[in-house]
Amino acid sequence: MCLAVPGKVISINEGEPIMRTGRVSFGGVIREINLACVPEVKVDDYVLAHVGVAISVVDPKEAERVFQYLKEIENLSNSEE
Amino acid sequence: MLKFLDEYQDAKVARQYAEAIKAITIHPWTIMEICGGQTHAIVKYGLDELLPKEITLLHGPGCPVCVTPLELIEKAIEIALRPNVIFCSFGDMLRVPGSKIDLLTVRARGGDVRIVYSPLDAVKIAHANPSRETVFFAVGFETTAPANAMAIFQAKQQGLQNFSMLVSHVLVPPAVEAILNAKENRVEGFLAAGHVCTIMGFTEYEPLVQKYHVPIVVTGFEPIDILQGIYMCVRQLENGEAKIENQYSRSVSREGNRPAQKLIRDVFEIIPRKWRGIGQIPNSGLGLREEYAAFNAELRFGIADHQIPEPPECISGRILQGIKKPYECPAFGTKCNPEHPLGATMVSSEGACAAYHRYRRLPPREKESLLKEK
Ligand code: SF4
Repeated sequence: MCLAVPGKVISINEGEPIMRTGRVSFGGVIREINLACVPEVKVDDYVLAHVGVAISVVDPKEAERVFQYLKEIENLSNSEE
Repeated sequence: MLKFLDEYQDAKVARQYAEAIKAITIHPWTIMEICGGQTHAIVKYGLDELLPKEITLLHGPGCPVCVTPLELIEKAIEIALRPNVIFCSFGDMLRVPGSKIDLLTVRARGGDVRIVYSPLDAVKIAHANPSRETVFFAVGFETTAPANAMAIFQAKQQGLQNFSMLVSHVLVPPAVEAILNAKENRVEGFLAAGHVCTIMGFTEYEPLVQKYHVPIVVTGFEPIDILQGIYMCVRQLENGEAKIENQYSRSVSREGNRPAQKLIRDVFEIIPRKWRGIGQIPNSGLGLREEYAAFNAELRFGIADHQIPEPPECISGRILQGIKKPYECPAFGTKCNPEHPLGATMVSSEGACAAYHRYRRLPPREKESLLKEK
């Protein structure tokens, strides 16, 4: 029920802050998403959308951390051996 | 290929994380994932079967569909049966059994029950149908609250007289505390729900971590996210630590989403809520503020408080608290199945009973193959 899907912002319709929307592509499927809660968003950013509303802008640097973390712990265990 | 999604389903990385968890696990630990979306992923991909046998995963109360009390389902049905009403809901709610029928039956009997993708769509429907009443069934956790608040806000701004909401909003931290306080509690560490924390941040969990000396790791929903979250949690447990860690940093910050929080605060206030199977939990829900009473469907349709007992054989409340597993329910797969659910945890695809019913019959290999080989 809390499912939120990442999608790429293709265009933004500026307007009243609470009505601000954008066209967001979810792997090619395009939907109109409300952007009122992510005022910092720019075209080409990725947002997480939940029931028609963007709830966050995906941080691309942090997105890498899951994989870096794995390398870190692998190095750690190798150095202990 | 969906960016920021597919790479978190990589089979090789999943195995590496599983190995890493094995390498640090010495003692037996019981960890609860709070969110139903995580339960679904764990059972679907067989992630629990990749873990060392010392680790037990318990499935938490994180499915709003599952915890919506019977009374509210009955109220929804009662409103949807009225002739001039367009009743809008997320699809999941339609098959949740009331005491006699469900919303799907109301539709089969001619009721205008519509599935919408967003509460904002319900506002559009109200706008397009000025002579009829449009009601939205607002269920959800903190994740969904900004969208529902925004629907109310937009309806007010547009001066809509024919839009209202049946609100069944629940909050996660009070439920976590209720689980920790339960006499039979076995949970030693939590994976907190990444999207709830996307909205709220995780400051609310900091006092819980201290008070109960329990590690909490804010965790995402993809297989790799969940395995990393488990790794972080086990590492804390093995080291005797209890702190809050953030696995889902690509979406969650400590403070959360401020504009979304403001929207929630403007429209909703914190109230006590009853959880299906668990009972009343103080400060665990959201209700519309006084200023928005005109949009409160319960007031608009004057529905008195229903008190309805839950089916006695359903132990979903104990499952939601991690005390029992679905297969320990005598009705599981026999009297109760997804076609004829007795309890809500069998209805929603995120409910533990439904997830076990759907995926637990697959051999482990087939589940693992759902992960993506590169
Ligand atoms: S199997 Fe059915 S009856 Fe048993 S706890 Fe789950 S939902 Fe309730």
